[in-house]
Amino acid sequence: MSIILSIIYLIATVTFIVGLKKLGHPDSAKSGNLTAAAGMGLAIVGTIFIHDLQVPTIIYVLIGIAILLGAIIGWFIAIKVEMTKMPELVSLFNGFGGASAALIGIVEFGNSDIKTTSATIVATILSAIVIGAITFSGSLMAWGKLNGSVKSIIKIPQYNIINNLVIIAIVVLAAFVVVENIDSQILLYSLLFAGLVYGVLFVMPIGGADMPVVISLLNSLTGIAAAITGILYDNMVMLVGGILVGSAGIILTVAMCKAMNRTLLSVIFGSFTASAGPEGTNKALGSIKSTTASDTAIIMNYATNVIIVPGYGLAVAQAQHVAHELEELLVAKGVNVKYAIHPVAGRMPGHMNVLLAESNVDYSMLVEMEDINPQFNNADVVLVVGANDVVNPAAHNDPSSPIYGMPILDVENAKHVVVNKRSMKAGYAGIENELFYNAKTSMLFGDAKSVLADLVSEIKNM
Amino acid sequence: MKELIEFISNNLQIVYIIILAIFVGIEVIKSIPAVLHTPLMSGANALSGVVIVGAILVMLHSNPTDYLALGLGFTAVVLGILNVVGGFAVTNRMLEMFKKKK
Repeated sequence: MSIILSIIYLIATVTFIVGLKKLGHPDSAKSGNLTAAAGMGLAIVGTIFIHDLQVPTIIYVLIGIAILLGAIIGWFIAIKVEMTKMPELVSLFNGFGGASAALIGIVEFGNSDIKTTSATIVATILSAIVIGAITFSGSLMAWGKLNGSVKSIIKIPQYNIINNLVIIAIVVLAAFVVVENIDSQILLYSLLFAGLVYGVLFVMPIGGADMPVVISLLNSLTGIAAAITGILYDNMVMLVGGILVGSAGIILTVAMCKAMNRTLLSVIFGSFTASAGPEGTNKALGSIKSTTASDTAIIMNYATNVIIVPGYGLAVAQAQHVAHELEELLVAKGVNVKYAIHPVAGRMPGHMNVLLAESNVDYSMLVEMEDINPQFNNADVVLVVGANDVVNPAAHNDPSSPIYGMPILDVENAKHVVVNKRSMKAGYAGIENELFYNAKTSMLFGDAKSVLADLVSEIKNM
Repeated sequence: MKELIEFISNNLQIVYIIILAIFVGIEVIKSIPAVLHTPLMSGANALSGVVIVGAILVMLHSNPTDYLALGLGFTAVVLGILNVVGGFAVTNRMLEMFKKKK
């Protein structure tokens, strides 16, 4: 490999590390992203033009077309998509990366003379194919679930047995090819197929609040697939870039699990959904009190401190703009307004921040859980918009609850709690929320967007 | 097993690089505010598109008459660049919103 290309790869690798580092700080995040993107561009251009191969022009033309095509489509999707659709988009892009790795593996399997290739290289090729296939089908499944085209949680009988059989099949098939040096296309495609099936099975039983964890995990796996292909080509930028994404992805995954008080294993094996009892087992929690937009508007209008707790329902209803309108109106009336951000509120960690930033909410009004919790004592009104499990006191006081131990927003310390929900249906965890039966709580039923719009017009008229 | 040991001893540098890169990844991500989790995930996702480099290599090495390899390579390049461009563009769009408003 030419020294110039090696230096280009070295520079690109450094931009990846610096870029990731900068992405971790609000002030430098944007330049971090651009830094990494520039490095990636450099690596791509260098790969195309700097080599000592005799490459016919037609190949260059094809590469050019492929890059133009993919770049235009990617750019178009990225610019067009709504901010609430972010999680499924990340998942979709991630699936493409995985597919790319699997395809590379397939070509390399065809190109190498498997009978004479060292077992380690064969194993590397096969792992690229299998991991790529798993991330591809898994990410597409996650994408389908998040955009609602696949039913959220699918239970199939004997799931564990089928799942284990597929894993065993993958390992046995792969080991067979590696150990016996068998150059068989049929075995190769069976392996690819088994990987695809496993990806679907892997994501199938996971749903709801666990989806971000899965996406992060799949993202990490794509990094590993890229690193494996890097080993294949002895290519440092792929190797280091892939490993970076792999390890950073795992850390992010673990951080998300921690925020929900779940272990990675329980997410993967879906014990959350299994332990949730049947819905509607109202065990004498008391009665609920429902309220109207005008009553809520009055108490908010005359409050000193109001805290808004945005959740998944706000994201789904796309109510972030009207939430901002309400907040501006209250601030203009001299009310002190803050947003309480639970780390896993919304559909992805940090999703609420992105959404609220989109509607121009001042960054300083978003307060993270640890900082806002002591302030609930002083709050006159807490308005919970489409959040459920992140404000469920069972996390504190019911050891039998599946969410017991999860850090929550202590909204029950406020003087009044108004909860906006569409109905009394339980949240993701499928468990009752005693907050709704609290004497201080009033329920304000309806779609988040229209309810907030009602509040805005009521307060305007005061 | 013998093969594996042979591989490790022949590629000791790679093994070192992998281990160090793992730690760099962990350190770089540690203690990130939750605000940035989504953009970070999206940015890391764009980085995993580095697999495009491999896809380009596949195309450069393939014979112009080997339509299967060329077709697969072509698809791999399209998907890889989708991951890269889409990932960075969407991350940029998210971060644009965090810009301080006056």
